[in-house]
Amino acid sequence: MWAFIHKLGSPKWFYAISARLQPWFWVAAAVLILVGSAWGLAFAPADYQQGNSFRIIYVHVPAAFLAQSIFVSMAVAGFIFMVWKIKIADMAAAMMAPLGAAMTFVALFSGAVWGVPTWGTWWMWDARLTSMLILLFLYFGVIALRGAFSSRDSASRAASVLAMVGVINIPIIKYSVDWWYTLHQPATFSVTSRPAMPVEMWAPLLIMVLGFYCFFIALTLMRTRSEILRREASKHWVRELAGEVK
Amino acid sequence: MRAKRKQKLFVILGLVSLAAIAVGLTLYALRSNINLFFSPVQIAAGDAPLERQIRAGGMVKAGSVDRDKQSLEVVFTVTDYVDELEVRYSGILPDLFREGQGVVVVGELQQDGWLRADQVLARHDENYMPPEVAQALEEAGYAPEDYQAKAAEVGQKMDAQAEDSGDGRTN
Repeated sequence: MWAFIHKLGSPKWFYAISARLQPWFWVAAAVLILVGSAWGLAFAPADYQQGNSFRIIYVHVPAAFLAQSIFVSMAVAGFIFMVWKIKIADMAAAMMAPLGAAMTFVALFSGAVWGVPTWGTWWMWDARLTSMLILLFLYFGVIALRGAFSSRDSASRAASVLAMVGVINIPIIKYSVDWWYTLHQPATFSVTSRPAMPVEMWAPLLIMVLGFYCFFIALTLMRTRSEILRREASKHWVRELAGEVK
Repeated sequence: MRAKRKQKLFVILGLVSLAAIAVGLTLYALRSNINLFFSPVQIAAGDAPLERQIRAGGMVKAGSVDRDKQSLEVVFTVTDYVDELEVRYSGILPDLFREGQGVVVVGELQQDGWLRADQVLARHDENYMPPEVAQALEEAGYAPEDYQAKAAEVGQKMDAQAEDSGDGRTN
């Protein structure tokens, strides 16, 4: 196990292993997202109060899950990079940030679109919406920090620290609806109790969530692979790969 | 683990926990300001300022909605099942506005204890269900607030009936 993790920490090994894993995640993501969207948008029953507008949940919830998970992954990767100096963790963290920002935007935007027919407003400064907006700004901060330093090592360390400190926002997002009065309703899903919706509604949602996670993994593997080639361009194994040396 | 890494690990953990404590204390100090709305209990206790724009929230009391036939004027009661607040509003209500539903009203609290609303927002709860299940619950005589407790039960019953009659309900 430890040997495997150590090997994974080496860019050359990561490059080889991810080449084999990547296609599976792409296929899984494509199949799950296609099946989930078709099922959720066309076959799942409409809600008794919201009618068809409730189907926005099939994009909103997976995007919001991913937005938060990516930030946590980024913080964990930053932690590994800071303590153990594993370069691959920093490369992965750098590659995750734009997707995380995009997913946060999708969650906010789909929430606004959903808010108009259900709440009667597209934005309200309640704790859940505001903390999610802060998450978007944290992502922008991480991305901007990486571009703000001329030395890559300083940039990586600054971005890792911001990700690790910013992760405090994640429990605030999660529990905002329980700690304070908000316009946003409390969570429909929890680990400990059964979902507050019937199986024919949550099954396609689960498929969409899994599909979004597979997409995130596949995209991160793909982008980290090209980042490895970019950063290690002068290394022997990369030049060998490019056919520059025998 | 080498001493240098161990030291780094403690520095990071220390930094993150300090930041967490700072954020936690800030949020604790701001707790009443982060709440989006006042509940009727808080308003009855005099926590909300008069004649300044505030937000109040709660459930629309069943049977309390009174619409004026000549205009868009509507009067209803918002309750948190402890205290009540009378709300007067003139305008178009959101689609999800109904009795037993959560609402947030934006407006000014008047001297004699009622609220003149400029905006009414519907709150949605975390429960979702297909119309057939909701209808079955209504026919069985349950109030909307009991729906979720009973939804699973009725859903299972409907599935069992479908299986018994062999019509192969697929969804």
